[in-house]
Amino acid sequence: MATAFDTAKKQDEHAEGAGAFAVAVEGVHKTFGNLKVLNGVSLGVHRGETLAVLGRSGTGKSVLLRMIVGLETPDSGSVCILGQDIAGFSLDQLGVVRKKMGFLFQHAALYDSLTVGENVGFPLRHHRKDLSKGERSDRVNQLLAEVGLENALNKMPSDISGGMQKRVGLARALALEPEILLLDEPTAGLDPISSGEIDELVLKLQREHQMASIVVTHDLHSAKTIANRLALLDKGNVVIEGEFEDLEHSDIAFVKEFLKQS
Amino acid sequence: MSDPTTTADAGMYPPLPGPQEAPLPAAVGIATGLDAGLFEWFGNLGIFSWRVLKAAVTPPFEGGELIRQMDDIGSKSLPLVALAGAAIGAVLSMEVRSSMTRFGATSLLPSAIVFSIVQEMGPIITGLVVCGRVGAGIGAELASMKVTEQIDALEASAVNPYRLLAATRIVACILMLPLLTLAADACGLFMGWLAQTLTEPISLRQFVDAGFRGASLSDFLPPTFKTAVFGLIIGLIACYQGMRTRGGAEGVGRAATNSVVLASLFVILADVVLVKLILVIFH
Repeated sequence: MATAFDTAKKQDEHAEGAGAFAVAVEGVHKTFGNLKVLNGVSLGVHRGETLAVLGRSGTGKSVLLRMIVGLETPDSGSVCILGQDIAGFSLDQLGVVRKKMGFLFQHAALYDSLTVGENVGFPLRHHRKDLSKGERSDRVNQLLAEVGLENALNKMPSDISGGMQKRVGLARALALEPEILLLDEPTAGLDPISSGEIDELVLKLQREHQMASIVVTHDLHSAKTIANRLALLDKGNVVIEGEFEDLEHSDIAFVKEFLKQS
Repeated sequence: MSDPTTTADAGMYPPLPGPQEAPLPAAVGIATGLDAGLFEWFGNLGIFSWRVLKAAVTPPFEGGELIRQMDDIGSKSLPLVALAGAAIGAVLSMEVRSSMTRFGATSLLPSAIVFSIVQEMGPIITGLVVCGRVGAGIGAELASMKVTEQIDALEASAVNPYRLLAATRIVACILMLPLLTLAADACGLFMGWLAQTLTEPISLRQFVDAGFRGASLSDFLPPTFKTAVFGLIIGLIACYQGMRTRGGAEGVGRAATNSVVLASLFVILADVVLVKLILVIFH
């Protein structure tokens, strides 16, 4: 039986319209003190597409991601999520938008006083009160199975490895079946094998759920594996945006240097 | 952390500014004259308080978390508060006895002990003990959540951290402090009687009758309920310090220390004001 949550989700899908960006960032500027981090950045991601945002450390990639989820506000410019400009949104309005987004933090940001199962079930407990306790439990088990951690349900975050924490973070980000997935350095700090596993997992989830995804990373190999398009940031600007082949054939000095060093 | 330039604060609101400062800009301000930092600190505290108040009075309410916090703050502080109250009762009994004997007023000893404990010593000792245990705990816990992005994760999950984390703790402090004060008072009176009866035997009933003779509810209820204000101060300061922490482990330590120092300071200052108000209104 369709719930109010399912009905609202369908209405939003109709409202968005074909061809529209799920996430559209336009002319965004951000300064911290005297440091200009974003200098008129414009990007767009369609549903079912993965955009990798690359760049050196400290070029504002994560700030951009945090703006999309509303954890930072741009000094100027607009951030549109599913057709709505979130600038000036009230807390409640932003909450409605955030329920359609899943965010994987760089260090997973798991709630350390809760078990793995409670972490994954946290969004369900707060936003899916239409589900019974058993249904929420089933959904948690399903999510953990998707990320290959069905046996970690009762473990604490401190008892599992960094790679496993990332997987739990990913499962939590997917709990509300988001339309937009934001991943902040999903393979940072992981060994090559674990990085590869995370990449495969993201690809699998993207195929199954057809979300609009933005991945912030400095790992070019990972970006090539999971992204349809790549955008390279430098000094707060988008230097180049396109498929990997576009970057490979670019004559821009910074792009060549970045590819050479990666 | 993902980006060294990130200010990392409660999303849709303008961020509470500044890295974690020295324990109290006011301390510097008081020492050197009025300082812009003093006003900024209070201004930011006012903004924080408004956000918490708005979150506390709008649904959905976090009843489960409130009960958990009441247990953590109330029942887990009880042994410490009871012990502190008992110690104060014993000390007070011995000290007051010494003074009263000098002036030949030992018959007033029970009243002196009862009034001292219930009107002032019980409430202030409870407030300061809870400042230390609960203030440090809340400050450190929320600071730790802040520096590990758990508070950001709450926001990204469309959960209001002011409601879930701050409002529940502050309300729990407000509700639990008067109850803890009653416990401290009871233990203090009992130990006061025990210290008295070891020197000059008197039954507990006689001690209580003598102590409360001529007293009215207005002598005891306002001092007990003033501790709700202490609870508000402790919860608010600790949550404020915790949720604006920056600077990793050092920041967490600073937040815990600042929570205790500032909450204790403001509890003592508030006591001065509240005692005067009680005397004006009720006597």
